[in-house]
Amino acid sequence: MSTVVKAAGTPTSAKAQAGEIVVSSVGKSYGEGQFVKEVVKDCSFTIERGKLTVMIGPSGCGKSTLIRLLAGFEKPTSGSIKINGKPVTGPGKDRLVLFQESALFPWMTTYDNIMYGPRARGEDTKEARSLAEMLLDKVGLRAFRKKYPTQLSGGMQRRAELARAMINNPEVMILDEPFRGLDAMSKELMWEYYSRLYEESGRTNFFITTDIDEAIFLADRLLIMTNVPTQVRAVVEIDIPRPRDLVSLVDDDRANEVKMEALSLLHEEAMKSFAGGSKAAADFIEAYSKRLRTKKE
Amino acid sequence: MSSSRRSFFHRSTLRAFVSILVFVALWEVGARSKQWFGIAVPWVGNIPAPTAVLHVWMGLVRDPGYWQSWYLSLLRVLAGFLTAMVIGIPLGLLMAVSRNFNDTFFPTFEMLRPIPPLAWVPASIIFWPTQELSITFVTFLGAFFTVVINVLGGAESIDVRYFQAAQAMGASKWDTFRRIVLPATVPSIVVGSSVGMGITWNVVVAAEMISGGGSQAGGNGGGLGYFIWNSYVGGAYEQIVVGMISIGIAGYICSELLRMLGGYLTPWLRTR
Ligand SMILES: Nc1ncnc2c1ncn2[C@@H]1O[C@H](COP(=O)(O)OP(=O)(O)OP(=O)(O)O)[C@@H](O)[C@H]1O
Ligand SMILES: [Mg+2]
Repeated sequence: MSTVVKAAGTPTSAKAQAGEIVVSSVGKSYGEGQFVKEVVKDCSFTIERGKLTVMIGPSGCGKSTLIRLLAGFEKPTSGSIKINGKPVTGPGKDRLVLFQESALFPWMTTYDNIMYGPRARGEDTKEARSLAEMLLDKVGLRAFRKKYPTQLSGGMQRRAELARAMINNPEVMILDEPFRGLDAMSKELMWEYYSRLYEESGRTNFFITTDIDEAIFLADRLLIMTNVPTQVRAVVEIDIPRPRDLVSLVDDDRANEVKMEALSLLHEEAMKSFAGGSKAAADFIEAYSKRLRTKKE
Repeated sequence: MSSSRRSFFHRSTLRAFVSILVFVALWEVGARSKQWFGIAVPWVGNIPAPTAVLHVWMGLVRDPGYWQSWYLSLLRVLAGFLTAMVIGIPLGLLMAVSRNFNDTFFPTFEMLRPIPPLAWVPASIIFWPTQELSITFVTFLGAFFTVVINVLGGAESIDVRYFQAAQAMGASKWDTFRRIVLPATVPSIVVGSSVGMGITWNVVVAAEMISGGGSQAGGNGGGLGYFIWNSYVGGAYEQIVVGMISIGIAGYICSELLRMLGGYLTPWLRTR
């Protein structure tokens, strides 16, 4: 696999280049004895520095579990995770995780939420404040800076969270289905917005999703996961030049090729869990086979 | 301001007024039934009528002794309540954040908690040098356990995602405590203190009745609880009702002040 940084993902600093994560033969089980549940099994992959790696897999396959391991909030049952060559032993400032469910602090205004990181580290400086102002503009929340999270819509909350993470300038940004539950319109706006942020910063990003269109629009590399217990089923390099355009991507042959490939793999994985009688998997198959049919026509 | 004045004439306010008016009217008719119709309505026929109570009250308003009762009860409530807050909030927070501290103090706390505050009255009178201190102590106990258990419960039920988010952004233990644990617990502190305030009034009145309000205070100067008891002993039934309504009003004012303070401390909950 080449480590050549793609044209638009130009790294701006040494920091932006750091943050390689190597996951080797990681396993994770919950419970004991007859109740043991193996969620991740012999899973290995590399998140290359400065790249946007997207992980896609059926719902419930163990993606969020992997995130908790990467974040350092839980420890793998077996195997190892290394960041910049050093083993992960706990949470660290080098990684920033945006969890699946919004975790803005309800008792802080948008601005205070964004400023949380710098203040927590005793860096409530002029630079940090002007960075916060810039981010407020970027995520389009200037008018909502003094509002509390409950006064924001779901999409605004996600944007505020994104800004709160960005201000910390971590080496690695890890995002767990950050746009889940948004309507199609705001989702596409968020994709464009987020990929612009990524292209500007050039920092290492790891992005989890169950949405194939989202995955292809955003990814430099796509990790397709198996069903639970999860492993990497396939790695697809998505060499579509940046900045990408949603409209032209629809007619892009390479994009459609990747999409078909990914969908058939995901379909297979979902089938496996369907055999296990999972309702969620049945819904998943339903949704994806519908898409496959419309695409093939 | 204007919005609160508008809401004063709101339908719910109107209903509240009608409800109170009907209640007082029925009470008046019941209490005067013997005088008006010749037959006393059972129970209600024996209690003083609202108009008679009002008449006595008007007289008492000019009596410094009556205000002295207010003052003494309020003082005891405030002293007991504030002490309960000052000791209870840090204790609850400490138990929530420190495993060791919790292991050490929680069992003792849980053993003392079920004892009703009033069961402490005799022991308290023996233990504390002055009657004033023993009443205040019992009042303190009334609020203390409620405050601690609410603070502890509130701090322990904080969503783990907030801690994870804070930790991931490089927050220290102290910063996490100050800017996550503390604000996240404020709503529980507010709830705990308003429940505690209610209990405090229950306790102070009962304690004043049991302890006699302090023989050294003399006569009509032992707080609203003693005021009621003294009126009962002296056969001044209208005064009993005045005492009861006074406690109701005092308790209501205290709760309302706490609610306002609570709202001020939790601006993010007002937006719901
Ligand atoms: N703490 C836990 N104890 C036991 N089982 C768990 C635990 N956490 C997760 N699991 C199980 O692991 C599996 C994967 O969960 P996970 O949340 O990682 O899935 P996911 O891929 O993120 O799904 P989704 O896309 O729906 O968010 C599920 O079957 C879940 O029941
Ligand atoms: Mg998940």
